[in-house]
Amino acid sequence: MFYREAGDFKTSYREDSQTFPIKFDRLRYYVVLAIAFGIVPLFINDYWANAVAVPFLIYAIAAIGLNILVGYAGQVSLGTGGFMAVGAYAVYKLMTAFPEVSIFIHVILAGGITAAVGVLFGLPSLRIKGFYLAVATLAAQFFLVWLFNKVPWFYNYSASGQINAPERTMFGVFVTGAQTSAMAKYMFCLVMLTIVALIARNLTRGTVGRKWMAIRDMDIAAEIIGVNPLTTKLSAFAVSSFFIGIAGALFFAVYLGAAEVGEAFGIQKSFLILFMVIIGGLGSIFGSFAGAAFLVLLPVFLKNVLVGTLGWPTDLAAHIELMIVGGLIVTFLIAEPHGLAQLWRVAKEKLRLWPFPH
Amino acid sequence: MKKTFTALVAAAMTLTSAPAFAELVVPNLSYRTGPYAANGIPYADGFNDYFTLLNERDGGIGGEMVRVPECETAYNTEKGVECYESTKGDGALAYNPLSTGITYQLIPKVTADGHVLYTPGYGRTSAANGKVFEWVFNYPANYWDGASIIEQYLMGKAGGSLEGKKIALVYHNSAYGKEPIRTLQELAARDGFELELLPVDHPGQEQKSQWLQVRRSKPDFVIMYGWGVMNQVAIQEAVNIRFPMENFVGIWWSGSENDVRSAGEKADGYTTVSFHGTGMDFPVYADIQKYVIDAGKAAGAGDEVGTMLYSRGMYAAMIISEAIRKAQEIHGHSAVTPAEVRDGFEQLDLTEARLNELGLPNFAQPIQATCADHGGPGSGLMFKWNAADGKWVAASDWISADSSVIDPLIAEDSAAFAKENNIAERCN
Repeated sequence: MFYREAGDFKTSYREDSQTFPIKFDRLRYYVVLAIAFGIVPLFINDYWANAVAVPFLIYAIAAIGLNILVGYAGQVSLGTGGFMAVGAYAVYKLMTAFPEVSIFIHVILAGGITAAVGVLFGLPSLRIKGFYLAVATLAAQFFLVWLFNKVPWFYNYSASGQINAPERTMFGVFVTGAQTSAMAKYMFCLVMLTIVALIARNLTRGTVGRKWMAIRDMDIAAEIIGVNPLTTKLSAFAVSSFFIGIAGALFFAVYLGAAEVGEAFGIQKSFLILFMVIIGGLGSIFGSFAGAAFLVLLPVFLKNVLVGTLGWPTDLAAHIELMIVGGLIVTFLIAEPHGLAQLWRVAKEKLRLWPFPH
Repeated sequence: MKKTFTALVAAAMTLTSAPAFAELVVPNLSYRTGPYAANGIPYADGFNDYFTLLNERDGGIGGEMVRVPECETAYNTEKGVECYESTKGDGALAYNPLSTGITYQLIPKVTADGHVLYTPGYGRTSAANGKVFEWVFNYPANYWDGASIIEQYLMGKAGGSLEGKKIALVYHNSAYGKEPIRTLQELAARDGFELELLPVDHPGQEQKSQWLQVRRSKPDFVIMYGWGVMNQVAIQEAVNIRFPMENFVGIWWSGSENDVRSAGEKADGYTTVSFHGTGMDFPVYADIQKYVIDAGKAAGAGDEVGTMLYSRGMYAAMIISEAIRKAQEIHGHSAVTPAEVRDGFEQLDLTEARLNELGLPNFAQPIQATCADHGGPGSGLMFKWNAADGKWVAASDWISADSSVIDPLIAEDSAAFAKENNIAERCN
């Protein structure tokens, strides 16, 4: 009944190759955008922004970035936390060195710097793949964290090694610092996420994305048909790190406001984002959103139910929460090894035929 | 998927947020899980039990009941932010997150939102300068005081001079552990000892290489700024390389019963500094036994009463309650607001006589806060671990930090913060 192509005639190539070719899907997409941009900002408060919305948006950006590398180009990476740290420290250095430049430009530049670092650490991917590459990127994770701890220039020689985001405005509204309103934080991250998601979606539909997928599916065959592994693999690392750098910059500047590299960008962050991508679905932009939502919202939701509503002791609730989240991850992956995105795809197929499956 | 989750969260939130008025709310951002739980649990228990005592025995503070909503942070900054945001709407009077990382994050937030941040013995050291940090208090002592107190104690042990000695600092590689480095470097330059830095990464379960380094370079003394599981591992490793325990000194966060017990008899003689007394010998414990423990209202498992970190949680609760009392006295009504409690903190006058009244004679040093002084007296007591009795035994009288070294450092660091954030000095 829903998601039906029947009667939805395309009269131009442009229409035929649009992102959401099914009319219902397209409408749903515009409704989600309208709610996110038009309705949520009117009602959002500090708690919702800082505990739910902003972390979800930022993790979604990071998950899209990692999904390009792991899901589309097939290069396993455990260095996500380290690359987020590059974004965070880059934006910190830029913000303190050039206070008059807009924060928006700084965030984009921080993404660019991370892309350069990502390409550097992507070089081993030309010789090694799979688990061996994972170990090489793991080295990037530990090296970058060590670097930001060791060299005082990165944290402007502060006594504690903490970096603190100074207050910056955009169009006269605070975007970083403590005076930022919930709406400003939310809108800034939402705009970034929308831009990133649009770029990622369109890259993966075009030549670049097809090259990535060719390399992922069989690199030797791809090389024979004329895909250059050097530029393809490195462009995947560059684009992926660019997005992850933006996520890291927002994570530090907009969300936390103060960060410490070992705690905020440690190995557990790399794993968290990799889990988001795997649970959401490899090679799917929607999967990145679903994975980020699952791992950000579920713990907060469980905490509010167990401690807030049921009144359990906090330590018991924290342990049960870990068990429930872990249990659900296993259940989901057994039920659908290709992640939440595949569940969504199956649901859409079913809805096309519903209610007359035969 | 996203929408159903948000709907469910919304449902959960409406159920939880039932604002109760005419109550004093002091959130307890605690951690009872994760690698720092061994230290977080006794502190949280002491904090909760003291407020339970005030509620049960006195009917709260000035006739107002105190509510202490607990929120689990797991020593994690992201969860800390969530806890802060979820409790601040309740009219929280003061925050005590027991984490330097979370403190750094909350300093700008509490300043903008108008809540008191009370960080006794941790957090940002330069918050001792009330001229710059209006909403943050860290009396009675800070990390740099601790470093100076330990140095003076070691100097006494070394016979009055540290000239030519070697001191190793084993520290948690985070904002917390890095805090004393500047001070110790200044002291090393002044007193002529050599300082060796040995960072330990979070969570600190792996310290073989650091202690191998200690074994190789043979320092005369080792100072530790550790927390959580790192403490237990470090003390065990020191035992393994047969480092003399009496030359191994921890800051107040590296000196709880849970840290030394796992190393057994060999940990005997390990020394720590503290800014308050410990043990069950204070009259207040008779009341805690009667109103809290026997009434079955003790927090947690109730097995931490009287331990070092339990005493510290109780100390923090006692200071917050005294500041609330002071605020009620200044403003003449009992339902005080966060801004009024800030005045209470700033004008707090904790005397020896008042400590006696509270059943805590000689438990801590008197505090006389002012607009400019949010840092307190900065003195501490040394305690030695007696493994046979399982007790901390006082090993010195009160030692005061050397303010001639620390005050210029505080002025420098707070001036840098004021400049970064365009803060005009107050109290002039």
